[in-house]
This record gives sequence, structure tokens and C-alpha cells, in this order.
Amino acid sequence: MSALVELKGLKRYFDTPKGKLHAVDDITMSFEEGQTMGVVGESGCGKSTLARTIIHLQEPTAGQILYKGKDVTYPTKKELPKLREDMQIIFQDPYMTLNPRYTVEDTLKETLTISGQYEKNDLDHQIRRLMDMVGISGRLRMAYPHELSGGRRQRVGIGRALAMNPKFIVCDEPVSALDVSIQAQIINLLMDLQQEFGLTYMFVTHDMSVVHHISHNISVMYLGQLVETSPAKELFQQTLHPYSKALLSAIPSIDIDKPKQRIQLHGELMSPINPKPGCRFAPRCPYATEACRQPQKLEEVLPNHYVACCRVRELNPDLSQAAAPAAAAQ
Amino acid sequence: MKEERFSHERGGMHGHPDRDHHPHHPERDHDSVQRHAKGEELLKVNNLSVEYTAGKKITHAVNGVTFEIRRGESLALVGESGCGKSTVAKAILGILPDRGARISSGEMLFEGKDLATIPEKEMEHIRGNKISMVFQDPMTALNPVKRILTQVSAVIRLHNPELSKREAEDRAIEMLKTVGITPDRVRDYPHQFSGGQQQRVVVAIGLSCNPELLLADEPTTALDVTIQAQVLDMMTELIRERNTAMLLITHNLGIVAETCDYVAVLYGGEIVEYGSKREVFKNPSHPYTIGLFGALPDINSESTRLKPIDGIMPEPSDLPAGCKFHTRCPYATECCMEGPVPVVELGGTHRCQCHNLDAVRAATGKEAAV
Repeated sequence: MSALVELKGLKRYFDTPKGKLHAVDDITMSFEEGQTMGVVGESGCGKSTLARTIIHLQEPTAGQILYKGKDVTYPTKKELPKLREDMQIIFQDPYMTLNPRYTVEDTLKETLTISGQYEKNDLDHQIRRLMDMVGISGRLRMAYPHELSGGRRQRVGIGRALAMNPKFIVCDEPVSALDVSIQAQIINLLMDLQQEFGLTYMFVTHDMSVVHHISHNISVMYLGQLVETSPAKELFQQTLHPYSKALLSAIPSIDIDKPKQRIQLHGELMSPINPKPGCRFAPRCPYATEACRQPQKLEEVLPNHYVACCRVRELNPDLSQAAAPAAAAQ
Repeated sequence: MKEERFSHERGGMHGHPDRDHHPHHPERDHDSVQRHAKGEELLKVNNLSVEYTAGKKITHAVNGVTFEIRRGESLALVGESGCGKSTVAKAILGILPDRGARISSGEMLFEGKDLATIPEKEMEHIRGNKISMVFQDPMTALNPVKRILTQVSAVIRLHNPELSKREAEDRAIEMLKTVGITPDRVRDYPHQFSGGQQQRVVVAIGLSCNPELLLADEPTTALDVTIQAQVLDMMTELIRERNTAMLLITHNLGIVAETCDYVAVLYGGEIVEYGSKREVFKNPSHPYTIGLFGALPDINSESTRLKPIDGIMPEPSDLPAGCKFHTRCPYATECCMEGPVPVVELGGTHRCQCHNLDAVRAATGKEAAV
């Protein structure tokens, strides 16, 4: 298994009248081929900016993006189209991202033609293949977006992303706008497609149960920074960062017999404009001390389980018994 | 059964284990202030139907919905978009659009008066005063060019004309304090607040006249999870203190589990299943309810495939005959395709509208219906 996409110290700042807005700040992450990396966090944590920066919809301020080991941070005009074919995106609201005056056929045909991969007389077959793949029945081929239900629109969005035979797909909240019963259909579809084509997903969401279901690894973001990244199941069984703990405890549970110990966070997000150094979660963290004002380092406390919290061992005493893998590796 | 109702909710920091209500024993109700006894009937909706007309197209949004809410209790209306849950709330509050919408049958008895037929003048006294509403999106519910203090005190003065401006403002500041907005911020404008704080202001307005019934239409859907938890905890705390009844409209079963006493599952404008939270969550009986639970990704389960409900919800303007769910139901038989569907009583308050309950139970491994 190797990393398909790697990020090294990726930053994306925005200029505002009040100063630099740190939307994505020093993110290092790797996306293993054929796997799903879930990226979770609350609105404003920079998860969508991160997604858009990776697929070059926005230019990074600093840092590196590697694709198949090659530096593609600032692609040339010649490289970009090829990258775009390999890296695609599925948006949250398919209604906003489909041209209202294009039928399903038009939408798919446009994408297929741009690439120049297909002969003109092959297009018809390709459109049918895509529609089959994402489960849109043939009778809807001439339907306009407003005639489709939310779930079907999202299927068109997925079909469009798949038209280029991409390797890497960013799913930016692809099911948040859908009803529960439809949401399950789309999640299953995405998982089937991954199996069939060995796709690599970056799955951006704020829904913890969805991300738990679909991901192999999960990264938790807070105000532009990574606070914890770990194998999916482990994040739920052994949550280490205080913010991840609060985030998980806030999910309303359908189990009415197990009363939940909810960790109540007080206060709201601080401003991402010119943030002070140190842990950005500290102002809301019940365990914050003086040491938290220093910049935090992402540290491997368990195999493949990284946490950016200086008090992590202190707060999770059972960790110190386990051998520190970072030390062992050196 | 009744004793269990409140004890398993909210283990959070603000949990009050001693506040264990017994709805049908009013004498044990300590913390309700000069209010009617808890458990007394407050709103009874009987066979309510609402239809919208646009040109020749008639949309049957609500089709014969029956439920009741007692004082101090909360009922969740659960369902997906287009199932008619918001229309029910609008009908109760009398804010259906003047043109095109019509209550085609049924009654809504609130403290003995039928909300469907009372004159608008009388409704104005009830709306905001006895029944109030919290909407989904706080930014559209608040006036962007008025300070929040002005907005809260305006509602208080409207319903208490005897108060002076000063008195109304004092009361508004007090109310904002209870929802967690400090007095130094009350003269700010809505855009200066975050989404969570805006929703707190909306809740303050909703509760400012101490209503008997609060209608909450997806009150936390627009908020982040951690903020959602804060706002929900605050809301449930406040309505419990004031013995206010609540009709919560949501599509999130997790929120229902944490806040409500009773659940009504809506599909195609009909209540397909109704019961106490425990009855419905422990023993979901209608194929649609079972499907909803099955479609939820569960953090505690290891299964890799979700079980979605096949197909899509029919358009409310084009509902099938018979059981509205039969087009998507794995247990549908010929009898489901036409005619009215019987309501089966399942013991306690639990009822379910389905022809084939025995087959459903056999397939899902549960005992046959009583």
C-alpha cells in the first residue's frame, strides 16, 4: 500500500482587511491508495478549503502536494488538465453544481468531450455506461436537474466525477443535503464504486456516524489545524484529543438506554484571523494549561494514531504503558 | 413505563436526576410555576388534513393526522422532506399561506378551542403568547436591522401592552440571560452573533411570553454538532423548568432519542407509527420506521453495508392509493395498494398503520402483533 496523495505542511491563507485568515494551517496528511480518509470538523475549520486546495481549485500559500510521489503543488498549464482528470470532486449540493439548462446527457457529454479521451461515436455508449454505473435509469437521460430528486441529482454529480476515470475523488459533504433513506443509497454507491475501481476518497463531512461508516482513516480538524488522525475504528474506541472527545460526545445517539456523558464545550470558535500561537482549542478546552500556549506538534502516540496535544499522555494514563511507537521507530 | 420516561435522558453536566416527573401524578410536580398540572391534555389534533392548490394541481400535504400533546410533554414529528411535518406545525399556528392552502378536514383543539376555525383576532392572542415557534434558520427568523434587545422586547410588549418600554426591556434582558446571552451583548445586531447564539436569541423570543406549547421546526439543523448539543440542552432544560409542552419537528432520530417523550413517524402526510419514545425505539414496527433505523450508519455496529429504503418518496402531489409506503415497502402485498390502511394498536400508546404487521414481525424476528 502506498500513498497516492501526500500533503506536507500545506497552508492556505486568505487576505482580509483585518489580517491573514488561516483557513488551512500546516496540514500534513497522506491518502493511501484505494482507501478513504475522512476529514471531520465543524463549519469554519477549513475542511472544504483543504479539499479545494488539494484538487487545485485554490492555490496553496505554502507547503507541498505530492501526487504519486511527484510534486504537483504548482502544476504547469500542461500538467493541470491531466491532474484534473485524475482528481475529481463531488459537491454537497448537486443542484447548485449542475447546470439547470443541461439535461443529464448534456452534463455527462460535456465532461466526456472536454477530455478528448473518447471518439464522438463512442460518446453515446459512454454516457449509458456512466448512467448504469451510478444507477440512473435510461428514461431520465433527457431530464433536467429540477426534474430529478435530490438523490438522483447527486448520482448525476457522481457520474460526472467518474467520467474521467479518476483515481482520487474529493467528496465534500456529498450526503448532508439528502434524507436518511436516500443518504444510505448514496453511501452504498460510493463504497461499491471504490471497490470496483480502487478509488481513493477524501471524505469531508461533519457527520460522525457517516464518516465512521465509510472511512479507513479519520482526521479531525479544528480551526485550520489537524488535531488528531487515526484509523477509523480506533478513533471511536480510543479517542485521545480533548476536542475529538467533545465532538464525539455531542453526536445525538439513538440508543435510549445508554445515557451519554456529554462533554459540554463552552464558548465558540475563536477567530481564525491572525490566531495566537499555541493550541487553538485551548480557549474552549477544559484541560488547558500554560503549556498549551506553545505551538503543538502532531505526535504519533499509538501506531498510525497522531495527536496534537501536549497533555495527551497525562490525560490518558493508559497510554504511557503502551510503548511509544515514535521512539521505537527512531 | 411512565417512570422510565425521563430518567434515561441527558446524562450531561446539567442533568437533574431528582427532576423525575410523573406526568400523571400532578401532585408530584414540584417545579412548575403557577401552571396547570402536567399531563393534562393541551392540544388534540383530530384527523387533520391540509392541501395546497396550485392551478389544477392539488398537493395532499397532510392526510388525516391524529395526535395529542399533554402539558409539559414533548412529541417529535419525524420524517423526511416532503412528508408534511412542517405543514402540521404551520396549521397549528395558523400561518399556512392565505392563498392555496386549505385545512380540508379535522380539528385542532387547544385548551378546548378549535384552532382550525377560531377567528384570526383570537388567534393573534394565542400565537406567540400561548403557542410559539422556533424556526430552523435563525438568520432569516431575526430582523437584520434591529438590535436583538429591541426584537425580544417588542414581542414581550406586544403580548403585555401594560408593560412600559423599560419594563419590557428588563424582562427581555432577563430572558436573554437565561438562554446564555450576557447583558453586555443585548444591544448588538444579529449578524454580530454566531449561528448558535442567534438560535439562542430565537429560542428566547419563542419562550419570552411563557407559552404553553413550543413548536420547534428543525431548531438545530443549521448548527454544528457541538453547538447543536449546547442549544438542545438549553432548550430542553428551559421547557422542563417552565413545564412547556413541545412539538419538535426533526429528521434526526438521535435528537428525538435525547429530547422527546413521544414520537410520531410521518410518511406521505400520514402518521404511520406513533408511540412513546421507548415503544418506538425499542420496537419499531412499521416497515418505514424499521427502514429508517436500518438506513442510519451506526457507530456501534461493524456492518459494512447500509440497508437503504429502496426508491424515493412519492411526490405529495402524486401520492399512490392505499398505503402511501407500498411503492417502497418490501412487505407490500395486494391489499396495500388500495383502500384505507387499518391502524393496529400495539399496546400502551403504541399504534401502527399497516396491513401486514404479522409478516413484518415474522421477517424481522419479532413476536406476532398482539
